[in-house]
Amino acid sequence: MPATSTTSVTIHIPTPLRSFTGGSASVEVTGQTVGEALKDLVRRHPALEPHLYTEDGRLRSFVNIYVGDEDIRYLDRDATAITPGAELSIVPSIAGGR
Amino acid sequence: MESPDPIASVTLSPEELRRYNRHLILPEVGMAGQKKLKAASVLLVGAGGLGSPLAMYLAAAGVGRLGLVDFDVVDASNLQRQILHGTQDVGRKKLDSARDRLREINPHVQVDLHEVRLTSDNALDLIAEYDIVADGTDNFPTRYLVNDACVLTGRPNVYASIFRFEGQVSVFGLEDGPCYRCVYPEPPPPGLVPSCAEGGVLGVLPGLVGTLQATEVLKLILGVGEPLKGRLLLIDTLGMQFRTLKVRKDPDCPVCGHHPTITTLIDYEQFCGIPSPTTPAMTETTPAISVREFYERRTRGDDLFVLDVRKPFEAQIADIGSDQLIPVEELPDRLAEVRARKDQDLVVFCRSGARSARATNLLRAAGFTKAVNLTGGILAWSEEIDDSVPQY
Repeated sequence: MPATSTTSVTIHIPTPLRSFTGGSASVEVTGQTVGEALKDLVRRHPALEPHLYTEDGRLRSFVNIYVGDEDIRYLDRDATAITPGAELSIVPSIAGGR
Repeated sequence: MESPDPIASVTLSPEELRRYNRHLILPEVGMAGQKKLKAASVLLVGAGGLGSPLAMYLAAAGVGRLGLVDFDVVDASNLQRQILHGTQDVGRKKLDSARDRLREINPHVQVDLHEVRLTSDNALDLIAEYDIVADGTDNFPTRYLVNDACVLTGRPNVYASIFRFEGQVSVFGLEDGPCYRCVYPEPPPPGLVPSCAEGGVLGVLPGLVGTLQATEVLKLILGVGEPLKGRLLLIDTLGMQFRTLKVRKDPDCPVCGHHPTITTLIDYEQFCGIPSPTTPAMTETTPAISVREFYERRTRGDDLFVLDVRKPFEAQIADIGSDQLIPVEELPDRLAEVRARKDQDLVVFCRSGARSARATNLLRAAGFTKAVNLTGGILAWSEEIDDSVPQY
């Protein structure tokens, strides 16, 4: 197996979703693309799946995924390549103010 | 000929000059900046957690006219973070207590009170009366309403939102900058993201985030520094990390893009999937039992299985006795634990009846044909049956 298939990345988990990662603020996953990394995340924490994906497998539109400080919508979306040590962030919309 | 400069006609009294001394000696503010502040008007949507530090600091800074939109009454549970309001204000209109507090901070500021719910009918007119809007509301429909109304009227929208220990801040609606819809084209379906009332919020968090919002408002008025445009500031107070992410103007944005499809305000409740008052709410169609009936059946010794769907810590605050506790978020994965109760009378409760309605619907869909929601939850129980159970 080529060594590149085990690229390890950190995914930052926002507070609203931490109850689905056992309280972890970040999770180490592997994958060469954003899609693979997220798939690995959901494999490790299956309870996250309905919060990240619609029933037909699309990323939910109120959840934004960033690689570093860039929104994957302006990169290559799911196919965005990630380099070792990359940091992914899940940034959901929140509405509280009172 | 140029239009008359509104700043030119602004004067500062000797008392104001003394008051604003620390601004006047800042080269970036000075006399010209202080006059800009006095000539400016800011609409604050919500006089709560974010609205408190916003209103107080903007008033102290000498912003000439502040508009407050709120229709709520001060509740004891507000005092942990809403520092506009004090203990003696519980039960008063938030606008009244805010006006008193702001007058005390700075009598030179004009405070306009708008005791209305911001709606698609009044938002454009209200927002058009002000230079800048600061959004401190607490729900998605109003967030989208404020955004769209700001884009349509060309007003900057200084945005912030908070959740538990986290905050987000950005400045939307500036020329060439993104709007809220560019970043979040669609709202989450109702129920997926808990509100502050359900999820809790660290008291100081709106203080921290609201002062950042106030800082951006002042920068916009003064025209100094780099506005938080095209950037989303994320605040994580537990890790005490501040990060900024890039946010871009979406050329296909339905409201601020090249070919906008939203050119007038829409029905935001419907947009956010929230049933309108004319259609029955989900909780109303959920099979339910009243606290009175539940009390009578329980006293009678009926065979009821009682399921608490709150968080374990909530049961330590107030409890009415349950056979099992499974937080509603975990219920889909833990149905097996209650599978044996499938054909039994099953009463589901939470604090107010909202989460337990969701849980009841979920249980019904999974074949628990006798699951019912305890209407009003712990709060109703405390009101009607046993006032020794604390309301929280």
